[in-house]
Amino acid sequence: MIALTWTLLIPVAGMLLLALLSSPKVSGWLNLFVSILSFLSSCWLAKKVLKAGSFGGDQFYIDTFNVYLIVLTTFVGMTTAIFSRPYMQHEIEIARLTITRLKLYHASYQAFLFTMLLALSTNNLGVLWVALEGATLATVLLVSLYRTPESIEAAWKYFILCGVGIAQALFGTILLYLAAAKVIPDDGQALLWSVLHGRAAELEPAVMVIAYVFLLVGYGTKVGLVPLHNWLPDAHSEGPTPISAVLSGLLLNVALYAIVRVKMLTDAALMSGTDYNPQLAGHLMMGFGVISFTVAALFLHRQRDIKRLYSYSSIEHMGLMTFAFGIGGPLATFGALLHMMVHSLTKSAIFMTVGHASQIAGTQKMDHIRGLIETQPAVGWGLLIGTLAIAGFPPFGVFTSEFLLLTATMQSWPWLTIPLLLGLALAFAGLFRHLQPMVFGARPELQSAVYVNSLPMMIHLFLVLWLGLSIPSFLANWFDAATQLITGKALL
Amino acid sequence: MNSYTDLPLIEQAILTLSALVLLSSFALLAQSRVIATIKMFAWQGALLSVATVLVASDTGEHHLYFSAAMTLVLKVIFIPWLLIYQSRRLGILRDFDAVIRPGITLLIASALVIFCYSVVEPIQQYAASITRDAIALSLAVVMLSMLMLITRRKAITQVVAFMALENGLFFAAITTTQGMPMVVELGVAFDVLVATVIFGVFFFHIRDSIESLDVDQLNRLSENTK
Amino acid sequence: MVDYLSPISWLLALSQTVLFIMAAPLFVNWVKRIKCYLQNRKPPVFLQSYRDLRRLFTKQLVLSHTASPLFRIAPYIVFGTSLMAASVVPFIIAQVPAAAMADAIVLVGLFALGRFFLALAGMDVGTSFGGMGSSREMTIIALAEPAMLIVVFTMAMVAETTNLSTIIIHTLNSPLSLRPSLLFAFTALVLVGIAETGRIPVDNPASHLELTMIHEAMLLEYSGRHLALMEFAAHIKLMIYAVLIANLFIPWGIVTDTTFINILIAVIAITFKLAILGIILAAGETAVAKMRIFKVPTFLAVAFTIALVGMLSAIILEAD
Repeated sequence: MIALTWTLLIPVAGMLLLALLSSPKVSGWLNLFVSILSFLSSCWLAKKVLKAGSFGGDQFYIDTFNVYLIVLTTFVGMTTAIFSRPYMQHEIEIARLTITRLKLYHASYQAFLFTMLLALSTNNLGVLWVALEGATLATVLLVSLYRTPESIEAAWKYFILCGVGIAQALFGTILLYLAAAKVIPDDGQALLWSVLHGRAAELEPAVMVIAYVFLLVGYGTKVGLVPLHNWLPDAHSEGPTPISAVLSGLLLNVALYAIVRVKMLTDAALMSGTDYNPQLAGHLMMGFGVISFTVAALFLHRQRDIKRLYSYSSIEHMGLMTFAFGIGGPLATFGALLHMMVHSLTKSAIFMTVGHASQIAGTQKMDHIRGLIETQPAVGWGLLIGTLAIAGFPPFGVFTSEFLLLTATMQSWPWLTIPLLLGLALAFAGLFRHLQPMVFGARPELQSAVYVNSLPMMIHLFLVLWLGLSIPSFLANWFDAATQLITGKALL
Repeated sequence: MNSYTDLPLIEQAILTLSALVLLSSFALLAQSRVIATIKMFAWQGALLSVATVLVASDTGEHHLYFSAAMTLVLKVIFIPWLLIYQSRRLGILRDFDAVIRPGITLLIASALVIFCYSVVEPIQQYAASITRDAIALSLAVVMLSMLMLITRRKAITQVVAFMALENGLFFAAITTTQGMPMVVELGVAFDVLVATVIFGVFFFHIRDSIESLDVDQLNRLSENTK
Repeated sequence: MVDYLSPISWLLALSQTVLFIMAAPLFVNWVKRIKCYLQNRKPPVFLQSYRDLRRLFTKQLVLSHTASPLFRIAPYIVFGTSLMAASVVPFIIAQVPAAAMADAIVLVGLFALGRFFLALAGMDVGTSFGGMGSSREMTIIALAEPAMLIVVFTMAMVAETTNLSTIIIHTLNSPLSLRPSLLFAFTALVLVGIAETGRIPVDNPASHLELTMIHEAMLLEYSGRHLALMEFAAHIKLMIYAVLIANLFIPWGIVTDTTFINILIAVIAITFKLAILGIILAAGETAVAKMRIFKVPTFLAVAFTIALVGMLSAIILEAD
């Protein structure tokens, strides 16, 4: 419990301190320091869980599934903080930001990390909702940080659409509570996931189905599932680059985690022979997933802003993950868990590179970004390798997880492999068609290199490569334990 | 029909108040003056508080008294005050946000109420008997608030619609399960509070960037231009 | 219970109808007097409406040579339907022999018949004012009728019948209850009544300006006894709506057990209720300005919505 308390309190303390500090230099270093502490604390937590098994009491519950995401969140938070320090320093120097706004940025960054960690570690489904809404609130003002009309529009859309979407999720939670209150007489215990999971078979199927639909639509809005995705490309492209990185890399994962938790309850509730199709929850997820990755792959081709391009790629990958979790078997779930990790790492690395690319070219429009490899090899190669990784090239980790997904689809839903392959191919084509002129085109006259801290990006890409070549055994066992938890069967 | 008159008067009052909350949702949809919208939202909150107090005294769930008090302070006093204060500072308090076609909007709203009733029907039997019938109305309030969000063009009225959405969810919690666990209710209230404050800050940003609070003018980001 | 064979009950029914007809101009005059008091004007004499009608009856008819036979028959039809409607509305006695016909839908139908001929008569002579009045009237009614019917259906769902007398007796017999459906039905009926009887804010009964008149426009070409009959019919219609609102929702005082004392009590009760309603109507007309004609559909949409919410409340909240 101490590890958990430390993990949650460190971001809070960081937020309060950063809200008071005025010096941009010190804020940047403090942000980094706090993020490193968070990561170390979460590793400590993970060690405990891996050794002793799930623990937790009433309001918090840590098992192998969420501790994995906790470690991933704090890791990417840490590396993004490494990247953000010089990047935001540069933004201050070119007067794109004021010191007050930088204070807001740093404080909100830690607040955002806190809400995500709270959402991941809580046992109470109501608090999960509160934390996810809190994550939206913490990032709204960050999306509009640059105060351009476009960013304000993006932040407004983000706020309203995610707010409305998540309101559906609250209604779903209320219905879930309705079903739970019948089975668990103690009010305080009725929304606790661990308690519900134990008695899920007794939950009323009729109520659970409707609750699940509302929860899927609600949290699905935050995952970016089509047709609820409209806020995503705007919000991810208008904010400062470190925010795009964490939004794409982390928040989407947490929302998907929420859906998977609820799916576990619904599956157990529907299993006990009812009028409803026991696979209903999974089928709904699969449907949303297929639509998401197909539509996103098609939209990729139309993009003209570089960050929007990669936002649609995020939608596509979240669609793939939703699809995988929807299929449900151990193979697909293992693949989905691995995909969560490699997607986070690759996408945040890409966004960091993209941030530098737009700094070099002075714009985010892809038509005006040219000759990156010539101008600054670190950025150019980084972008190229990152895109290769995210498009699913071997030997990167994304290839492994997509391969697992493909195998699982061929096993259980053979006819769906065609749309899946088609989506993957379309996305690949879309990404590279835009990437090629940016990276390899002729270098414009006045373009020069900028200061680039390529360490975080390289760490991420290296990890993704390593995961693609050979997953270390402790990680594989970790994923396996989580798969066991989610599906009831282990893979390995 | 005859069994309605067998219900104790307090339960009849709860159902009447629920119907009045639904009517206030309709009224919110049709209002075009900004002041009137905010005041109608305050009325909706007041009706909800009274209904919650009645449910509390009828079922004996004392934590509902606290929820009612929280709703009163937050949704009837503080948030309307904050919205009026912001509107006055922005100079939009006496503005009109014309509803596009009130007749058709009201008809769609009626259709939504019927739709909500059919969605909720299979689960009505599982809720407590006092407020069972009001679950459909609470979902209808949520849907009508979303309709209001779509049909409005000014930021301030969209924010009122958003808050009315939260009202509907609170109402749903009261009618379905006699309130949520306290920690969740506090969390939700906190979120609503922070959201209102951020909205308030936002208005100034919007006004400073596009010189008006007509959200229709926030249309630079779309698939066609980007 | 109604005794169809007893001549006493038929006599009572007849006298109730006559009393109704005779009281209608008095009610209209009462409303006018209260308005004058509120607006600081000198009110008309107590029996002024009767004197107006008598004057009109004695005046010579002036007919346009483009008028068709319909123009001459219409006043009688309109007055006739009003008379029939007055005879079926429970005024003092809840159950009269005509009660079997006292169906709410029959009432709506009778009004529709009268209005149909009124509108035709307005268009008959070919003047622009008449046609304009008729078209405006038809627009308003097209929107007010559905609302009226939904109110009727709501009350029918609560009382399980559309017969006005049975509804009243049902309300008298059931314990005091707070029904949202009836609350909304009441509000909607008031709003629809304002529209159908042509009072402010929908139509100004005292105006003859082109921009503002609807009912008056249709009557513009009439004179003499025709005009008297039309005006009388309008008075009766207002009285019918007032009595409906009073007796359907607050029926206490009405006679169920026919004795002399009960009839006396009922007369006093209905006079009191109508007096209050008259004051409220006059106050409302003074406080609110007449709406622009193109805003009337929105007003009626609001009435329709309230009626619909009432019906939905009856289904959702009050059904078993």
